[in-house]
Amino acid sequence: MAKKKDLLLEIGCEEIPSRFMTATLEMLKEEACKLWSASRLTYDGMVTLGTPRRLILMVSGLAAQQQQQEEKKKGPAAAAAFDEGGNPTRAARGFARSQGVAVEDLKIEDIDRNKYVFAYKRMEGREARELLPELLPALIQRITFPKPMFWESRETRFARPIRWLCSLYGEEPVLFSHAGVESAPETYGHRFLSPGPHACPAAGDFLKILKDNYVLADPGERREKILAEAVRAAESLGGEALMEEELLTEVNYLVEYPLAVTGSYSREYLRLPREVLITTMQSHQRYFPVQDGGTKELLPYFITIANGVERFTDNVRKGNERVLRARLADADFFYREDLKASLENKVDDLKNIVFQEDLGTLWQKTHRIRDISQILCRSLGLPREEEEAALRGAFLSKGDLVTSMVYEFSELQGIMGKEYALKAGERPEVAEVIYEHYLPRFAGDEIPRSPAGAVVALADKLDNILASFSRGKEPTGSQDPYALRRQALGVIAILVERQLSLDLKSLLNQVYERLRQDASGALRDREETVERVFDFIRQRQKYVLLEEKIRYDVVDALVNSRSRDLYLISQRARGLAEAVETEALQELLKAYTRVANLAAKAPPGAAPKEELLLEEEEKELYRACRRLREKGERLLARGDFTGFLEEGAALRPAVDDFFDKIMVMVEEEDLRQNRLALLREIRDVFLDVVDLGKIVAS
Amino acid sequence: MNFQEIILRLQSYWAKRDCVIWQPYDVEKGAGTMNPATFLRSLGPEPWSVAYVEPSRRPTDGRYGENPNRLYQHHQFQVIIKPAPPDIQDLYLDSLRDLGINPLDHDIRFVEDNWESPTLGAWGLGWEVWLNGMEITQFTYFQQAGSFDLETVPVELTYGLERIAMYIQEKENVFDVVWVGDITYGDVFRQAEREHSVYSFEVADTKTLFDLFNVYEAEARRLLEQGLVFPGYDHVLKCSHTFNVLDSRGAISVTERTGYITRVRSLARLCAGEYLKSREAQGYPLLKKGVS
Repeated sequence: MAKKKDLLLEIGCEEIPSRFMTATLEMLKEEACKLWSASRLTYDGMVTLGTPRRLILMVSGLAAQQQQQEEKKKGPAAAAAFDEGGNPTRAARGFARSQGVAVEDLKIEDIDRNKYVFAYKRMEGREARELLPELLPALIQRITFPKPMFWESRETRFARPIRWLCSLYGEEPVLFSHAGVESAPETYGHRFLSPGPHACPAAGDFLKILKDNYVLADPGERREKILAEAVRAAESLGGEALMEEELLTEVNYLVEYPLAVTGSYSREYLRLPREVLITTMQSHQRYFPVQDGGTKELLPYFITIANGVERFTDNVRKGNERVLRARLADADFFYREDLKASLENKVDDLKNIVFQEDLGTLWQKTHRIRDISQILCRSLGLPREEEEAALRGAFLSKGDLVTSMVYEFSELQGIMGKEYALKAGERPEVAEVIYEHYLPRFAGDEIPRSPAGAVVALADKLDNILASFSRGKEPTGSQDPYALRRQALGVIAILVERQLSLDLKSLLNQVYERLRQDASGALRDREETVERVFDFIRQRQKYVLLEEKIRYDVVDALVNSRSRDLYLISQRARGLAEAVETEALQELLKAYTRVANLAAKAPPGAAPKEELLLEEEEKELYRACRRLREKGERLLARGDFTGFLEEGAALRPAVDDFFDKIMVMVEEEDLRQNRLALLREIRDVFLDVVDLGKIVAS
Repeated sequence: MNFQEIILRLQSYWAKRDCVIWQPYDVEKGAGTMNPATFLRSLGPEPWSVAYVEPSRRPTDGRYGENPNRLYQHHQFQVIIKPAPPDIQDLYLDSLRDLGINPLDHDIRFVEDNWESPTLGAWGLGWEVWLNGMEITQFTYFQQAGSFDLETVPVELTYGLERIAMYIQEKENVFDVVWVGDITYGDVFRQAEREHSVYSFEVADTKTLFDLFNVYEAEARRLLEQGLVFPGYDHVLKCSHTFNVLDSRGAISVTERTGYITRVRSLARLCAGEYLKSREAQGYPLLKKGVS
């Protein structure tokens, strides 16, 4: 049998968007893995590498041949295949021939006590060299992108056009064609420094050939080089480079041969807010800013990662400095313009900006957030200073939307508001509220730290959500133009992480009422709107809890309880997740199930009447229920949900005795109703807190 | 290299590659893409190669001739080739060499940037081309125009002429760019920049403009119903420009915006549909010529 060999596949492309690269290289590996296993080709190891211009798959020790496979085919019934003398009939001979096996190799086996003839066929594996030209195009076809394009025919889509394909199995070229491109044993180097084509005699030579031609194909190696050069460059400037992981990854997939180049800008721009400088350098120019290692103040330098070698350093520096200079001059101009009027004056300009159709202007919204914040402050019992900061912050919260800086750099909303508030002499707590009220801006972002900030953040988000829902505009499928899902997640994160206990539904009702005062058109009615919003947020919370790896049934049990307090729901879900496997809980579940099954038959309304309880066992259960309600309330008030569950488990003997001795469905109407009412009462003690019926017993 | 020389070199470069050297279109527009030589000709299976300068008006970008980098009207050099040739990136880079920009001496990068024109119902994928960190060209493979999928994919190159000139001439202010001899960009355009800014931000009569928008829209529809694609399209362009002026005048609220954009887009779709029909009826004349 032929020896295993290394396989190389390089998909050469026009520049692939850097944001796709990490996921694409993973997908290439996963799909290849599936492909080899479906094709019965073994291998020793596999790795994917890539640059903006190429996706590379390298498989070491790929088997030269598929593994053998035995296939079993069912033939005619044994009775028809052999005559009484045990000789094969025409049927047997025909079947053997059709399967390509000898008649004497046919086997007889039972299926449901009937005997049949079987042929066992051994399939020799095909050779890899013969298979690969079929497999590789299929593999490329399986790579998908979030935003693919057509370029030549409507049959092939990819992130960007594929321009060359290089593939070798050992020393043998794998020849195939895909997307109008013929594969060849040759590759291309750096676009300018050594374009090629360069012949590649064997898979094993590939990486060296690329490196000799100014391409570092391994993202890990490039990353190391970028880090090392940037650190060294920053040191030479007497500072340290600010390198955010996300930007580092992006930059890494923008180059094939990284070279750190430093540049500087005028010191006078250091008077601009730090965030403005950083945003300009990072998001607009993909530079690493440089700061003082000790004071952490920005230094007037930057580091850019170019794609090439020292030869062009001076041009790269000069060019990038020019661009940054123009951008900073713009920012500086905006900053000075914005400071000509105080943030408070800007709030007035919000009268000219429509918030949403029929829901007034942003100025009105500002006042709404202020009022909702006040409701929240009162119901959370915040101290007076916090309330004052919240109300002032809410009033100023949207003022920066009409500044030139935020018009230019929308990602600075909130940040500029804080900056301008401080410049206008507002108290620092107030300025902080302006910044914090947009938090969290994305999954995993920071949560408002100050209580006042948390309150205004909640008010803004709930107002946004209700505003859309009250006009029947809800997110559907991929349509969520106002990012309401993200806002709902923000509401949950703030309530849970800041441990804010409140009745969400009653709050939603109040927000709705306030919103109605500003509405110029008809809104969907309150009850329906609030119900839908509450359900929308509850569904998000379910998702959050599942993300925490809490059991599905536990999540259901809490989300379906009658509680409207998201913080408590979350706490209790975590508590129940821990308790659910314990014996005490299993006890409780058994008792609860017996109770809940019959409780469902209880008539609505009526509470159990003590005077109608005749037997000792039902009296005892009644007492146990009252004990549980009283004690449970005390425990829950202390936040001791586990204690409540334990207390619930103590019901078990009383429940068992009740069902052993008492006939519930008796003839006498009043007795029957009363017993059912007792069971419902017990169920409801739990249902206010947790719907144990959702728990799957183990 | 002065400003007009840059234009001449690009024209001559693309002329040698058999592009039709078209001329700026005489209806106001925000981008070279809106020129019928791009928008209409991108549609359908017929091959088409064209290059031209397009003065592009963006009323909201006006800065009274006082900002060194922003203009009410800037100039794009536009190239459309359909179908997109496989070596288009190399062809583009060669055109930079013709402008004296040697890629070995500069850091030239293709950075993802996807283009979309909601008013035209058009979008494409591609890059902005960076020259030492500065965007100098928009490079796009069109995927849709007039809300129609493009079966034959055109590639569009849009060179930002002012930026390229500022870079080549090492000017910090666009108005200092040398047009020819001792005539600067400022000599040619500063007064117009100032007056157009005053007009767009302060003086434009919104009532008249709203009326005009409605008139142009109705006229476009009337013409397109009679299958008069090019005159109809001219009125779509007028709608689009009128909308832009109203926008810069602050006369259109955020919510109304969407409504106006939708109105222009539906006209653009109508144009595209009529154009496709008319070319098919003629049997796609350029397909027969095999021009590419």
